[in-house]
Amino acid sequence: MTDTAPTHAPKMTKLPLSERLKPWLPVLLVPVLIVLGFALIPSPSSWLTLTVSGLAMGMMIFVIASGMTLVFGLMDVINFGHGAFISFGAFVGTTVLLALASMTGAPSLMLNLLAVALAVLAAMAVTGALGWGFERVIVRPVYGSHLKQILVTMGGLIVAEQLIYVIWGGQEIVIARPETLKGAITFAGAALEKYRLVAVGVGLIVFLSLRAVLRRTKLGLIVRAGVENPEMVQALGYNITRVFVGVFVAGSALAGLGGVMWALYQEIITAHMGNEIMILVFIVVIIGGLGSVEGCFIGALTVGLVQNYAAFLEPKLALISNIALMVAILMWRPMGMVPVVKAK
Amino acid sequence: MSDPILRLTGVKTDIAQYHILHGVDFEVPRGGVTMLLGRNGAGKTTTLRTIMGLWKPHAGEIRLDGAPIQGLSPAQIARRGIGFVPEDMGIFSDLTVEENIRLAALDGHPIPERLDWIFGAFPALRTFWKSAAGTLSGGQKQMLSVARAVVEDRELYLIDEPSKGLAPAIVATLARALKDLKNRGASILMVEQNFSLARALGDHVAVMDDGRIVWTGAMAELAGDTGLQERLMGLKMEQA
Ligand SMILES: Nc1ncnc2c1ncn2[C@@H]1O[C@H](COP(=O)(O)OP(=O)(O)OP(=O)(O)O)[C@@H](O)[C@H]1O
Ligand SMILES: [Mg+2]
Repeated sequence: MTDTAPTHAPKMTKLPLSERLKPWLPVLLVPVLIVLGFALIPSPSSWLTLTVSGLAMGMMIFVIASGMTLVFGLMDVINFGHGAFISFGAFVGTTVLLALASMTGAPSLMLNLLAVALAVLAAMAVTGALGWGFERVIVRPVYGSHLKQILVTMGGLIVAEQLIYVIWGGQEIVIARPETLKGAITFAGAALEKYRLVAVGVGLIVFLSLRAVLRRTKLGLIVRAGVENPEMVQALGYNITRVFVGVFVAGSALAGLGGVMWALYQEIITAHMGNEIMILVFIVVIIGGLGSVEGCFIGALTVGLVQNYAAFLEPKLALISNIALMVAILMWRPMGMVPVVKAK
Repeated sequence: MSDPILRLTGVKTDIAQYHILHGVDFEVPRGGVTMLLGRNGAGKTTTLRTIMGLWKPHAGEIRLDGAPIQGLSPAQIARRGIGFVPEDMGIFSDLTVEENIRLAALDGHPIPERLDWIFGAFPALRTFWKSAAGTLSGGQKQMLSVARAVVEDRELYLIDEPSKGLAPAIVATLARALKDLKNRGASILMVEQNFSLARALGDHVAVMDDGRIVWTGAMAELAGDTGLQERLMGLKMEQA
């Protein structure tokens, strides 16, 4: 017989490790993929080159896709015209860079970066303004109806592309990288293109700034709350339409920045380049979780890496690799990697 | 008698192609709690949402403190001084409790004494201050929803079924908080199915049925007349 009373103190059992890790799994996806690439790719130097290239591509896609995912999350608007801002950004940026040929051609990092900064500013100003008009004229009348949004924004995309033909002509334009951003550096036996390293840096800066705005400012609070329940944000006294226009303009300007980055990456631009990139952008927005900037970031890096690794390992698979990736991720997490809570 | 804080005259609201409110007339006296009662589907939630501007009435007039507010946006109506606790609580679950409260303060900084009141009435909110609101229990979410509505000074609070689905102990906590709010002179328009709670808090009553007000009067009158309760709401209210 035991004379001690049984203890009934509630036991605070911790969730098993696997359960607690679950929300963090998507964050691990990128490192896991990089390690997997290392295992599969025979030469370490090719692996490093491909990894940097994949990250650079991912960062550019992120810059372009971040605005689109917020626009979707906040106002439930599907914008098929987003690609137009990429193309416009590329053309405006390229025009500025060509005009500043003396600055881009000089072997001075300062002058080169200044020229790129001016090109980026011009591109973002034009695409931001374009986004403002696009929201007013094209998107505003079709709130609430996805089918109309798809049709109308596609129409807007066609008009924008034709506008590019009218302004810049039908030819593709070749644009060389500024002098000091040409070529590669050698690191651990691998050739790393300088420009790709710059692209990775710019993408990181954009991601960290966006996160800081979303987490630390009142505006960010309104946007995050609005993604979940726009009605309640209004009932607290905030004009969500104005916030939405702001996000739309910022998203368009970021697409313009992405367009300039992509132009210097490919060193050639066409009126329909935006459209081609949009397939990847859609995949990223969907697998990231509609409305989530973090998910968009992870998704973009994943897509960039998979695309580059696959192109090296099995070129025939490169085209379908990202579609396969999307299917796999949606089977794993149907709402995307970082699901966004929606009221109702 | 002073002027009412809120007056609805002939308010008609359609949702999609359905006529939901068929001409709602009633007023909310200044100070005290007005209970909006009625069976399920009577149009109580629709009435609150119409006042808040979340549905647009196609006829009628809504005056807050004498000034018409129908046709204003929900944000403008909120800034005119109406706090809203919706039926589904409207919590931002990805935001922390603190961020939910901070968002409710229009300048981003809740008044300290208001925070003291919130922590006094709902200690759980202090405990979970830094937790994501989505992880709160149903009762804690309701507390957060009420807390959020009182962060700013309001002329009038619209509170939709705060006791819905909550355990009696939590209902008691909410009732205490709302009673305290009332004792501080607040004007409240509240929907409540739990009649004992409605009776404990309410001063005035408006009963709705099928998109119209069918009875208005003092809570004391309704509480003392079971026949009237049965006739108005088709429900046999408990006696005690
Ligand atoms: N979004 C909507 N779409 C269509 N009909 C709606 C919508 N919202 C409410 N209704 C209808 O309007 C009527 C009144 O609904 P309301 O939610 O205002 O009732 P209620 O009195 O709040 O009911 P409850 O006590 O169940 O909350 C109901 O018949 C309901 O079906
Ligand atoms: Mg209701």
